[in-house]
Amino acid sequence: MSRLLGEVHEKALRLGIPWNVHLDLTWRCNLRCVHCYLVQREGPELKLEEVSRVLEELAACGTLFLCLSGGEVMLREDLFDIMERARRLNFYITVKTNGTMLEAEAVRRLAELNVARVDVSLYSHQPEIHDAVTQAPGSFARTMAAVRELTSRGVKVQISHVLMRQAAASYTEVRRLAAELGATYKLDATITPRLDGNAGVLRLNVPDAIWREIYNDPELVGPLMPDSPRSAPSALAELPCSAGHTACYISPFGDVYPCVQFPLRLGNVREQSFEKIWRESPALLRWRAVRNADLVVCRTCELHNVCSRCPGLAYMEGDLLGPSRLDCEKAYARTGLRPAPLAE
Amino acid sequence: MDPVYIARHPAAAWRRLEDEVIVISASDSSLFTLNEVAAEIWECADGRTPLAEIVAQHIVTRYDVGFDEAYSDARELVEQLAGKGILIVSGEPITGGDGR
Repeated sequence: MSRLLGEVHEKALRLGIPWNVHLDLTWRCNLRCVHCYLVQREGPELKLEEVSRVLEELAACGTLFLCLSGGEVMLREDLFDIMERARRLNFYITVKTNGTMLEAEAVRRLAELNVARVDVSLYSHQPEIHDAVTQAPGSFARTMAAVRELTSRGVKVQISHVLMRQAAASYTEVRRLAAELGATYKLDATITPRLDGNAGVLRLNVPDAIWREIYNDPELVGPLMPDSPRSAPSALAELPCSAGHTACYISPFGDVYPCVQFPLRLGNVREQSFEKIWRESPALLRWRAVRNADLVVCRTCELHNVCSRCPGLAYMEGDLLGPSRLDCEKAYARTGLRPAPLAE
Repeated sequence: MDPVYIARHPAAAWRRLEDEVIVISASDSSLFTLNEVAAEIWECADGRTPLAEIVAQHIVTRYDVGFDEAYSDARELVEQLAGKGILIVSGEPITGGDGR
């Protein structure tokens, strides 16, 4: 994070502003990815007018960064109406998509609306592996065509590479492919439980040896040890995460959570205004009171400085204030030092 | 004095945070913070109101500064912001900025 962005983020925290909001417009999807964390859910998605009202409330609360996602966001027939309204409200918009439905006209609209970046999910540089993950033959080719169309139109693209066991060693090749396509590359090396707590998909995580390799690759994370320099003291550094402080997630059904990966329900925008939920939700106020010093195990862990502990994962593992075993394993891979919860 | 019109660039995303305005360009993700006076001018940049009118009505009346000095500073500011790609400056009223 740049110094200026860090300062602005600190200010947003001080003012209680939901600076980053992730809004899923649908959980429907045209692919069937084997690792997907979403669960099937019936029920009406927020309609265009409801989404518009939420956008107006978010703008009034000070939100600047708006991530539109899904499911597959292109399945929303009113997506461009929503984006037009969001741009009129001066949001900085990023879009997450699998790219398979992004044809030339849609790309032209994204460029015209000044969407800041499109994040496209990719699972391998090899079509057969990618298509096996999505369970949709031909999806790799369609995604590649979309990335080329986006970059040719000047839309910034980020390849979001979810690394999993089927293609555990592929990150170097996918990173190279992203560069060839004129896209940036972001590696996500952790498969997380489904939102209903089902942890079966964790078997798809890469072996420890690959995690060790990734966490010592200077171009990705680089070596980190407990005595690595800490960032300057800040209010944010005292918090377990920015989720619920300057960031939140809204589901297609209007439910508000601190983060897409933190299923602590705070309220629903069909029942209350977003601002009321953000300012007054009892669950959110309880969460906001938590400081790193309250984390019963992690506060004394010698790896806390290099751990990316996710409170949402800890919550799904059963204890909001406890360690996330998945993150303990990553900290172990990163340093070779065994955190206390793994020694038990 | 030839009229000068200013409009926020359509690729600019922005929010007011207290007395500042935070602007980020969707084109290159560069981030800017505008101080109190610059924020006033930014919020008035609708492409239709001449800069001289913005300065006279929103700057001179609110701050202890004469019109000539304020206008000169404002001209310098808008040229800088135009150079950063987040503001459009023209001798004609502007359509197509974010004032639409």
